Amino acid sequence: MARSTIITLHVNGRAHELAVQPNTVLLHALRELGYTDVKNGCEIGECGACAVLLEGIPVNSCMMLAVQADGKPITTNAGLGTMDRPHTIQEAFADAGAVQCGFCTPGMVISTLALLDENPNPTEVEIREALSGNLCRCTGYGQIVEAVRLAAERLQHLPSRAASSQGDEGREGNPRDRLLVSGDVSHGGDEV
Amino acid sequence: MNPSPLPEVHLPELNQVGKPLRRVDALGKAVGATVYAADFSMPNMLHAKVLRSTMPSAQIIKLDVEKASALAGVACVMTGEDTHGAKLNTDLPGQTGRAARAGSDAPVLATDVVRYVGEPIALVAAETVAIAEEAIRRIEIEYEELPAVFDPEEALKPDAPILFEPDNVVAEYKIRKGDLDAGMAAADVVVENTFKMPFIEHAYLEPDAGVAWVDEQGVINIRVCTQVVEHFRSIARALDVPQNKIRIRGTMVGGGFGSKEDVTVEIFLAFLARETGRPVKLEYTREEAFAATSKRHPFTITHRTGVKKDGRITASQIKMIADSGAYPYLTPYVLLYATGMAAGPYKIDNLHVDSVAAATNQTFTSAFRGFGGPQAALGYEQQMDEIAKTLGLDPLAVRRANYLQTGDTTTTGQEVKSAAWSEACATRALHALGEQTAPSGSRRIGRGMASYFQSYGRIMWFHDTSRAWVGMEQDGSVVLRCGVPDIGAGQSNSICQIAAEILGVPLDRVTIYATDSAVTPLAGTSTATRQLYMSGNAVTLAATAIRKRLVARAAQELGVPESELVVVDSRIAVRKDPGKAIEHSQLVKLCASEGIALSELSQFNAPCAEGLDPETGQGDIWPDFTFGAQAVEVAVDVETGEVELLKSAACHDVGRAINPAAVHGQIAGGSHQGLGYALMEDFEFKDGYIKTPSFAEYLIPTVLDFPSTEVIILESGTGVGPFGAKGIGEPALTPAAPAVANAVADALGIRIHELPLTPKRILEAIEAIEERDAHKDTKDTKH
Repeated sequence: MARSTIITLHVNGRAHELAVQPNTVLLHALRELGYTDVKNGCEIGECGACAVLLEGIPVNSCMMLAVQADGKPITTNAGLGTMDRPHTIQEAFADAGAVQCGFCTPGMVISTLALLDENPNPTEVEIREALSGNLCRCTGYGQIVEAVRLAAERLQHLPSRAASSQGDEGREGNPRDRLLVSGDVSHGGDEV
Repeated sequence: MNPSPLPEVHLPELNQVGKPLRRVDALGKAVGATVYAADFSMPNMLHAKVLRSTMPSAQIIKLDVEKASALAGVACVMTGEDTHGAKLNTDLPGQTGRAARAGSDAPVLATDVVRYVGEPIALVAAETVAIAEEAIRRIEIEYEELPAVFDPEEALKPDAPILFEPDNVVAEYKIRKGDLDAGMAAADVVVENTFKMPFIEHAYLEPDAGVAWVDEQGVINIRVCTQVVEHFRSIARALDVPQNKIRIRGTMVGGGFGSKEDVTVEIFLAFLARETGRPVKLEYTREEAFAATSKRHPFTITHRTGVKKDGRITASQIKMIADSGAYPYLTPYVLLYATGMAAGPYKIDNLHVDSVAAATNQTFTSAFRGFGGPQAALGYEQQMDEIAKTLGLDPLAVRRANYLQTGDTTTTGQEVKSAAWSEACATRALHALGEQTAPSGSRRIGRGMASYFQSYGRIMWFHDTSRAWVGMEQDGSVVLRCGVPDIGAGQSNSICQIAAEILGVPLDRVTIYATDSAVTPLAGTSTATRQLYMSGNAVTLAATAIRKRLVARAAQELGVPESELVVVDSRIAVRKDPGKAIEHSQLVKLCASEGIALSELSQFNAPCAEGLDPETGQGDIWPDFTFGAQAVEVAVDVETGEVELLKSAACHDVGRAINPAAVHGQIAGGSHQGLGYALMEDFEFKDGYIKTPSFAEYLIPTVLDFPSTEVIILESGTGVGPFGAKGIGEPALTPAAPAVANAVADALGIRIHELPLTPKRILEAIEAIEERDAHKDTKDTKH
């Protein structure tokens, strides 16, 4: 076997030092570390279930080597929110009926985050283009497109990042929502 | 197209049921908290890999595992000798000749002969995945090629290579209803067509996976994504251990669509965990999930239909040939479903159906959403349009002349007892398409529709049952225990919503524990569109029993008759004086102190029937049927052969939508799978080798391929499920593909008799027409 290398993966604000092989795939490294919300659907970059943000850019983690991510901030879906404090996008997916089996959802949320970071008010065509790398076999995509629209709308109505933690409709705000609104998502992985 | 009138239905307005509430499983999945089968690990865990056949038909002449076993880090290597030739048994129903087929079930591991590429031969458990993979490479295997057969019609010929003696017939059925000859004689026209459909891959996003371990009681625990926790029984048989020594702990399933109805990783995990005494994990790669799990059956269906000039059908003769692949699995049942639904939602008094499934040296076929129903619909619905074309009638008019109504009998002579709203659904789906798009340049516009009927609930001679346990905690929150596997369709949520409705609590006050064969009451399979019907009814029974006790005690406490009370918002109040009420939490304490039980285990038994007449195929098969329709508009580019789906609308009578958002999701998602079936998907083999081994070759619809299907939900309230619900999981898929096939035929003016309707097929068909017309022109000139 080839010699292993020590790298540091910064995932959802936590630093992990680990030994990897030169050919260790980022997807496997993340799942080994316990980030199992990053899903393994095909390992050839076709399904998008393993999407994460690397320095704020959505990538299929099955198509990258772990060493390529050394030292760079990585955000996975689970790093965005929790059951108690879901990210606005995650909550929109749940509310819009966009979640069926849920296996594609983490990747869909990541693609949505990247889209809304660049384009807070996308058209349906823009939404569909942004999600075109994520396969879903359950929903027919309509409710997912609707979830993205709902998330965009809710994010636009969030108070500014300096404001109180109360969102619209009295929802508890998620700090990452404001990172997104400010366009500051690339550093999201290093906070909280 | 105006929607046809509907009978008036007054369904009561309810508090939880009928509301598009956020599903109980949605947020956990959205935030990535849900732990799927492959996400679970244990200390000291081994990793497994499977050696699979690289030959479609061969004798194994050498299988030497010595070098694999000797590799450092390998805990064990198992072959068919170690599993003692254990098999995965399918019980073959009805007319199929159980005795003749004995022994044709798939072995857990092949020993002497392999019959398809991907057939499992040996297992390895090792310290890491990499070591397990290396060990697999070190297993020495040699084959001697055997004759093979790849086409079911070839397989039925007398000189075909035989997969299992005495012949390749895996199942066959016949229907004899009325007088076919007299019916044909009474016809003005006889229309005959043959339609072909390909293998289809389920393409669930979550590859099969699981972890197994032996616990301190010697019970083999298997944590796996499955649609059937009851497989613990067949696993126990294969391992020759008592059934109470196997426990399936189902996980949230990342899509199944029928594929996870068969045993997959769990049988290997059980053997390996027992052999090593250590936890073992097995995750299929995507390629393995494609190669080693079932496919939808290819069918060739011939319809010969006698019709009057006004479109009335006087007789119908239907022949079906299905490809079983190398082993039976659920083929006998799938063929029975296709046969029993062969004539569609039409009243046909003179009917013959002959169906047969044959073994070939390809991946086995088994359950896939619709279970033979979609193939049957591709036959009868394309035929309806061809009849209309022959007679020069509107396709809907022909259907109208023949639609089954409540009280009529199906293909097998079973009376339809619930609402049969075929026309209402068809007219609404067509109406939703709106104005027809204008053609432009090389783009021709076509419209098509399809009606269908599809069973929900299992075959009635299975004597199906489901169980659920409902209990109220001291604070008035509700616990539900039910063995239902949740495969993403909202199976768990629906029964939670029903319990919430009956017990008068908000949905978020209900917690469900599901899909564990040892600790949740067995609810049966998440297949056959049966969970809402079966487990919904079981939960209704249990929750109603508790409600009655709560209401009785509240009546006593409040000093009013029970009939004057309402159960809502976690309290029981006097209807006309809502201030006069008692909270659930107080009632629970009263009941506890008086020994009144606030938990209940209930069992729902489906109605039973005793099977079909072996000579005529007549009899009752299913508890009830769902009816609906889909309409689509397409643009076909006659220069490129490309089909663009412009509009799609589906209308189904779901009886009662327990959660309309979830019902919407089922219909929209089922539609998309059906659209893919029509236009894109084709799991191809070449001489037994898979040509579409991954998502790079086997294309499923992306978000860019089709517009969303407009969903129209009708509620007749006449289903046999809770609150009058019918099933919609499988039916949602059925009409989409024939609607597209009919639209493409409408656009082109010719029918392509084989799916999928790829640009290549369309261009070939156009060329054939042009050649024919050119030929005709030449002939005409000569005259």
